[in-house]
Amino acid sequence: MSELVERAQRILESVQGDEQIEVYLSSGVDTEVQAYQGEIENLSSATSSGIGIRVLRDSASGAQVGTAWAGSLDEEAVSDALREARDNARFATEDEYLAFARPDGVAGASLELSDPSVLSTPIEEKIAMAIELERMVRGGDARIRQVDSANYSDYVAEAAIVSTTGIRATYARSGAYVSVEAIATDGVSDQTGWGLSAGRAPRDLDLREAATDAISRATRMLGAVKPASMKCTAVFDPRSTATLLSIVGGALSGEAVVYGRSFFANRIGEDVASSLFTLIDDPTDPRHFAASVFDGEGLACRRNVLIEKGNLMGFVYDTVSARRAGTVSTGSAVRGGVAGSPSAGCRALVLEPGDVDQVEMFRRVGEGIFVESMSGVHSGVNPISGDFSVGITGLMIRDGQLAEPVREITVASTLQRMLLDVLYVGNDVDWLPGTAAGQSLAIGGIAVSGS
Amino acid sequence: MSETLVEKEVLERVIGEALGRGGEFAEVFVEDRATSSAVLDQRRIEELSSGRDRGAGIRVLVGETTGFAHTADLSERGLLAAAHAAAAVAREGGGGVREIALGDLRDHPTHAVVLPGDVEKAKKIELLRHADDIARSEGSSITQVQVALGDSTRRFVVANSDGVFASDHQVRTRFNISCVASGDAGMQTGYRPVAGTRGFELLTMQAVEDAARGAARQAITKLDARPAPSGDLPVVLAGGSGGILFHEACGHGLEADAILKNASVYAGKVGQQVASSLVTLVDDGTVTGEWGYLAIDDEGRPGARNVLIENGILTDYMWDYLRARKEGRISSGNGRRQSYQHLPMVRMTNTYLLAGESDADEIVAQTARGVYVAQLGGGQVNTATGDFVFGMTSAFLIEDGKITAPLRDCNLIGNGPDVLQRVDAVAKDFSMTPGTCGKDGQSVPVGTGQATMRLTGVTIGGTAA
Repeated sequence: MSELVERAQRILESVQGDEQIEVYLSSGVDTEVQAYQGEIENLSSATSSGIGIRVLRDSASGAQVGTAWAGSLDEEAVSDALREARDNARFATEDEYLAFARPDGVAGASLELSDPSVLSTPIEEKIAMAIELERMVRGGDARIRQVDSANYSDYVAEAAIVSTTGIRATYARSGAYVSVEAIATDGVSDQTGWGLSAGRAPRDLDLREAATDAISRATRMLGAVKPASMKCTAVFDPRSTATLLSIVGGALSGEAVVYGRSFFANRIGEDVASSLFTLIDDPTDPRHFAASVFDGEGLACRRNVLIEKGNLMGFVYDTVSARRAGTVSTGSAVRGGVAGSPSAGCRALVLEPGDVDQVEMFRRVGEGIFVESMSGVHSGVNPISGDFSVGITGLMIRDGQLAEPVREITVASTLQRMLLDVLYVGNDVDWLPGTAAGQSLAIGGIAVSGS
Repeated sequence: MSETLVEKEVLERVIGEALGRGGEFAEVFVEDRATSSAVLDQRRIEELSSGRDRGAGIRVLVGETTGFAHTADLSERGLLAAAHAAAAVAREGGGGVREIALGDLRDHPTHAVVLPGDVEKAKKIELLRHADDIARSEGSSITQVQVALGDSTRRFVVANSDGVFASDHQVRTRFNISCVASGDAGMQTGYRPVAGTRGFELLTMQAVEDAARGAARQAITKLDARPAPSGDLPVVLAGGSGGILFHEACGHGLEADAILKNASVYAGKVGQQVASSLVTLVDDGTVTGEWGYLAIDDEGRPGARNVLIENGILTDYMWDYLRARKEGRISSGNGRRQSYQHLPMVRMTNTYLLAGESDADEIVAQTARGVYVAQLGGGQVNTATGDFVFGMTSAFLIEDGKITAPLRDCNLIGNGPDVLQRVDAVAKDFSMTPGTCGKDGQSVPVGTGQATMRLTGVTIGGTAA
């Protein structure tokens, strides 16, 4: 770890004149196993590293930033990247709000996010997990006719961010996952179900849970029909809710707001959601898979309450969007690896749990639809206008219980409307990988489009 | 290729090492990719970025198992270490390092005229600013304009134990513009891409201006959009982006990896009528300059024109090396990978429906009530069930044979085998659209295309009764 920081510090020494330099270095080790019909289908292993450099030129009329990156840390790649970043900066528009982060005195949370057992676990054990997972699904139910893929994967990654503005942050994290897709048949048609388990190390993984989830999702969709169009209450399962929250989180980015690309702009203090809805971005909570000590600019991550009892409290900011909005960074810079520049975004969203479990929620809803999977989220949700339309599979809720499976339908509303129409928030929080945890969530007034 | 990424003798030794533990097939893929991008937002040139990624991916096949490793270290030592790691799946021991002799390199120079490295950064910026000006001149309701320009120069060499030794030089250029229009009822968006496997000559003034106007007008038009209907209606797809329907509704289901795992609704249906007789579907890597064009695929196989469905009859699937090997046939030139860090798999190139005989205007005129989709966004499919969705990002009602009110964004949903039977008219006005196809975490550039066509009924996922 200190090796990465030292390496990054050495690059900073080549700073020239009035410029500022920020260096983001990362390195990682990945393993991936896919099992098929009791054998290894693919076994991949790799080490990788990369560098992202940003150079900021300051002048009286504003600053300019240029960036460059490389997929290796060899001397030539690093010096090329620095030269390119410097050259690119000359072409940017001078902008008084551009700046690199500076230390703000907030201490990073004490989190242990990297588990050394990822590296010490023998590859044979990892292979065995993928093969066992496939076996469990194939043998778990007579209606399972195929297991498309059963996967194990893990990674250990380190990163360092240092800058001439005083930032010096390091990260270490690990992750391990198993996932499986099952195809079930009733002789007439097929249905699929997907299960996963995630943790920071192989020992955190629950193969049984992943297998059971895949089997039950595939088999209970058998015989699914296309219902008639209707308007009703939809209960989103934890995975679907996590997807919804991630989309809402996108509109809570300070960058989207200052650029006028969010339907939340200018609405601070307004009731934008049901009073049951309290949304928090909290990367300091170690239960969250995406927990992090530092953000993408090397500032400490912190807990940010975004919507409290339906009231819009604030947005998440990185350094630049905060300056544009006349405020300070909330430690919410995110960046997509060495090739990405920091931008403001939610990292670890969680909806404050309600007081009902899923069974009770079905009972209270009475009649409606249970959304078990969504598709076309990237094509059917417009986070700027708020238009929402996604394909779903799921089950009808009748007399307060799950009834027949349904498919080839869409559910639609607007994000604005959906937040206000939240009827029940579940207590069944599932700490899923990704930028949001999820729980069962009931939303009224949903248009279901079928036959 | 002007310079060799890795010497032939080194590749031979690396393949020999990869086979040393009993592998049946080994391949080295060495890639060097330079990218650059420039973004204009809020009238500001926000960022110019340059990237360089270089490395090698090595795979070894043993029975049904693939071993894979990749490295950014292109020295012989680095490559041999990766070969050794990839070979670890062959646990039987094998007969030691094998002697491999490659023939002459089959090189494929780029067709690009103006190479990205020869374009002044100032010129790119001028283009971004011009597009911004044009878009904003369309109306005062345009409140946001984002313009992005990117290029990539990808050189690779692939060598394998079957004697393949080929290299390619792929230059791609992409421009896209997004506009936001603001009105009393909120904000709406418009989007246009221009992309090709070409150099900077792709971005003529005309192409850039057309895209800028198109994106701005689309956003402005949608300010008056009403909620889309909900339920089954006839749909007329305008030429171009409608091709994504075929990419999703059947393209993915015709990829041999899904077929061989019996995870596609099209498995076992070669020779059968799977679509309306108006449907002839082709996947074609040979369309020079198109976004999905390739001289050779990422396994060294020449790009090819493959007829998948002819007059409604399923004729063949798409194949990569691995899947073709299992069936004792040859690859169809569809083995692609996102980068040296990824394993190749079966992917589409340019997938399009051949044009028909009808007149586009007449198709609309003969539709009493329905939806006219001027632009489709992305889509998604479950190949095992055939259920797909795709988003309409510019759509209108058709009433009494006329295109009328604009509709808000929503998804369409359907089932592949079912919707293919519902094609009842195909026009002559063929065009193509660039897109990015994601599969198992890998993204590759693809083209889709079709002429204006009608589907007798598709479920529209709107909110209006």
